[in-house]
Amino acid sequence: MTKKGLLFISLVVCMIALPVAMNGQCKQFAKNTCKPGLDPYQHDGNYDAAALLIEGEQADMYRVLHADVNYRIGVCGSGNLSSIHFKVQDVRDNFKVIYDNSEHDFDWKWDVKLESSRQLRIIVTVPVSDEDSSSPEEGCVSVMIGSTDF
Amino acid sequence: MNRNLLLPGKFFLLLFVSFSILAVSCKLGTKTGSEGSGEFEASGALDAETQEQLNTAKRIFYSLPSPLETAMLIKNAGAAYNEELLNPTGNTARYITSKGKALNLGIYSTDLSYASLFDQTQATLDYIGAAKEMADGLSILDAIDEETIEFLEENINNREMIIDIISETLMNSSSFLKENGMEATASIVLVGGWMEGLYIATNLVDDSKLKENKLVERIVDQKLSLDIIVNLLMQSSEDEDAMAVLEDVNTLKVIFDKITIVQGEVTAVEDPETNVTILQSDSSIKISKDVFRELKAKVSEIRSSYIS
Repeated sequence: MTKKGLLFISLVVCMIALPVAMNGQCKQFAKNTCKPGLDPYQHDGNYDAAALLIEGEQADMYRVLHADVNYRIGVCGSGNLSSIHFKVQDVRDNFKVIYDNSEHDFDWKWDVKLESSRQLRIIVTVPVSDEDSSSPEEGCVSVMIGSTDF
Repeated sequence: MNRNLLLPGKFFLLLFVSFSILAVSCKLGTKTGSEGSGEFEASGALDAETQEQLNTAKRIFYSLPSPLETAMLIKNAGAAYNEELLNPTGNTARYITSKGKALNLGIYSTDLSYASLFDQTQATLDYIGAAKEMADGLSILDAIDEETIEFLEENINNREMIIDIISETLMNSSSFLKENGMEATASIVLVGGWMEGLYIATNLVDDSKLKENKLVERIVDQKLSLDIIVNLLMQSSEDEDAMAVLEDVNTLKVIFDKITIVQGEVTAVEDPETNVTILQSDSSIKISKDVFRELKAKVSEIRSSYIS
């Protein structure tokens, strides 16, 4: 194989590997940092909402929580990000806000039990720490759900 | 200067440039096009338009109950364990296509969760083996390795540890697929697991007792997840397999549309002692015996096509 060919293959490998490696960091972050924080609630095994987010960016997660189950919703962000802001809305009740962690000192977790099953929307926002910064911070943010009923 | 000595330098320069481009594109995604062209860095502080774009930038995730939660809902509704309802582990060799392996990874994961929550130790070991075969077939690295199985065997009487191991394997499979651009496969796995839960639950119900039946309530609740499933699969609209699964889901939706769920307003009340918030709300469901039977038959038909 020619040197140019080798160079091209190396670049392609890098282009594929870099985003994977960055996302891989999020998995490790979710697994090593967020998941233990759910204790004594046990993680349900879902890895739906874990991503690299930039300051100012928002992510929404839609999920049905079921009646009579003890849930802990945990929303955690890596250390370089300010406290993550999250709100929970009831989809079928005109997106009424039923929880806002900014009213609870930006607590990263919320323990909840429902009398009837509802579809919820969890809105996660990474606050901008420095409005004058030219390079917004980026880090892993993960939404994890645990239960004590397994 | 020796030409060969220049090559590593050129190589690393190109590598550095490509990494820089990738780092910027990865960091800013596709939603903020102007930054990629360098305008972002050149402008110093974020301009109002860019800030606005960032503020409104959104990622949307659709989440289904995991196989563990599905099994927990069945158990907590007072249902029994019936191994005859599970997909036999001897069927693993049947699944050759990527779609078949993905669906049955979900199905076996739900079977594994169901067996483990009912303390069925041998079935738990058998089904983690079956799930491993599916995961290996999809080239999911290290989702379930030999070490995990040995660890499970050593802790087979420790419920908490078993749940933790299953939770970990589910997370490993899902994260591997998503991080390797196989979102469609990850969605198919989830829907396979969800369908298996629905199959087990509908077959555990005595349809002469539909009223005041917790398991029926949990089955009806799945109507609330239908638009989530549709949106999840639509995120892979270019994928033929995901679209085939969506067709199945849409046939179920026609039946679920015949079921009525009436929900009242939600009031959040926090218990100051436990810090647990109770979401108080009224809800009622209406499902006829005919509709339940129709749903059960359609779920069985779809599930049968997945495991055959």
